[in-house]
Amino acid sequence: MSAPEPPLAILAELTHRCPLQCPYCSNPVELERAGTELDTETWCRVIREAAELGALQVHFSGGEPTVRKDLEQLVQAAAAAGLYTNLITAAVLLTEQRVEALAEAGLDHVQISFQDSAETGDRIGGYKGGHEKKVQTARWVRAVDLPITLNIVVHRQNLDHIEAMFDMALELDAHRVEIAHVQYYGWAYENRAALQPSREQLDRSIEVMERQIERVKGRLVVDYVVPDYYARRPKACMGGWARRFLNVTPSGTVLPCHAAETIPGLTFDSVRERGLRDIWLNSQAFQRFRGTDWMPEPCRSCERRELDWGGCRCQAFAITGDAAATDPACELSPHHQVMVDLASAESAKAAPDFVYRNYANMPKQARTATPAVLVTEPPAE
Amino acid sequence: MAERITISAESVPRLPRGVKLRFDQQRDNWVVLAPERLFVPDPIALEIIKRCDGEANVAAIVDDLAAAFQADRAVIERDVNALLQDLADKGVMTA
Repeated sequence: MSAPEPPLAILAELTHRCPLQCPYCSNPVELERAGTELDTETWCRVIREAAELGALQVHFSGGEPTVRKDLEQLVQAAAAAGLYTNLITAAVLLTEQRVEALAEAGLDHVQISFQDSAETGDRIGGYKGGHEKKVQTARWVRAVDLPITLNIVVHRQNLDHIEAMFDMALELDAHRVEIAHVQYYGWAYENRAALQPSREQLDRSIEVMERQIERVKGRLVVDYVVPDYYARRPKACMGGWARRFLNVTPSGTVLPCHAAETIPGLTFDSVRERGLRDIWLNSQAFQRFRGTDWMPEPCRSCERRELDWGGCRCQAFAITGDAAATDPACELSPHHQVMVDLASAESAKAAPDFVYRNYANMPKQARTATPAVLVTEPPAE
Repeated sequence: MAERITISAESVPRLPRGVKLRFDQQRDNWVVLAPERLFVPDPIALEIIKRCDGEANVAAIVDDLAAAFQADRAVIERDVNALLQDLADKGVMTA
């Protein structure tokens, strides 16, 4: 295999601390503690190394990246390195002054998560008063002329509100809206029955979606992430494993995608021990599913193998127990029907309560696995 | 971008805030960077985008390109309008 192309973007997960408790959070169920987070100097080095490696964009994410008091410094370092800087935020902690300071530091774009089209989102995110704060923050961001994207994860409890989500995006003068179905691993996998829509609900929402896309043409950029469990072919997860993105966790572990730690048998490297270029080129976890050589049939001879790159490895593991199996989102997978049956069965029943994403709800095994770190947990933000 | 932009000869196009044209040393080409988007303009598109400085209007850009490339103005005008309208609809050009 020839040398891999450089990554396009780095996802900098600055922290796993977050005031929200969304039950579909993309963070691992074993959340990292504040005491293990990289310091400012190390993040600045990682950002420079990413730019030198060829990354063009940095996404500051979390957890909630604005709990980091050094966010302005990191944005400044990224801008100085020539990177396009994007902040992915829950937008409930920002003040008007801080929005201005971030814009001043060279921030290019802000993505604000919304849990629903209205205050009903507060129950989903487990944060009272959150929706109102997000709306206020969106206005502050637009007031300094930064473009915003609204990120909205959709599921059975808000999928009937798509038209209102578009109304909200227009009203807030958003540039772009990203409507993404839940990706079922980690916290979302625990909460699948509470989130999975039925086929009928999904079909209705797609009709609404199509009408709305037509309605906002030229006024809003729309990204729609399809629901895997009802798909016929998998999506190109991360644009292909270790092909476009690298993800750095709060403590400095470098991952090919944010859920990669759910897959057993992968060895991850840390920016504390190795340079980013070395990790990108040589890390075992990156090499494991890069390109097409790892693929089983029917993927290996599939004409779409360099379009979808085999779909999602984390999903393959979650459903089949084998991370190298064909993504069960693909109808050619022998496990595809298992996935469809799961979705149909779970969505037919009443939605159970959410298991909210927080430190207390971490699986016991995970909590006892890191006792030394528990002691150093700082007071809640 | 609350309203859809319609490109005309009088439009004064520019890259909106949050969209950047820069040279990518690693890959040896120009790129347009936008929120979770990356466009690699072809040589013709690049010549057009470079002229979208927020000062020249579309008519002046077309004149400039027709002179620089000694090409038929009507053909250039059609190409420039089509490209700028497409970019505006994708949110990476404003006027």
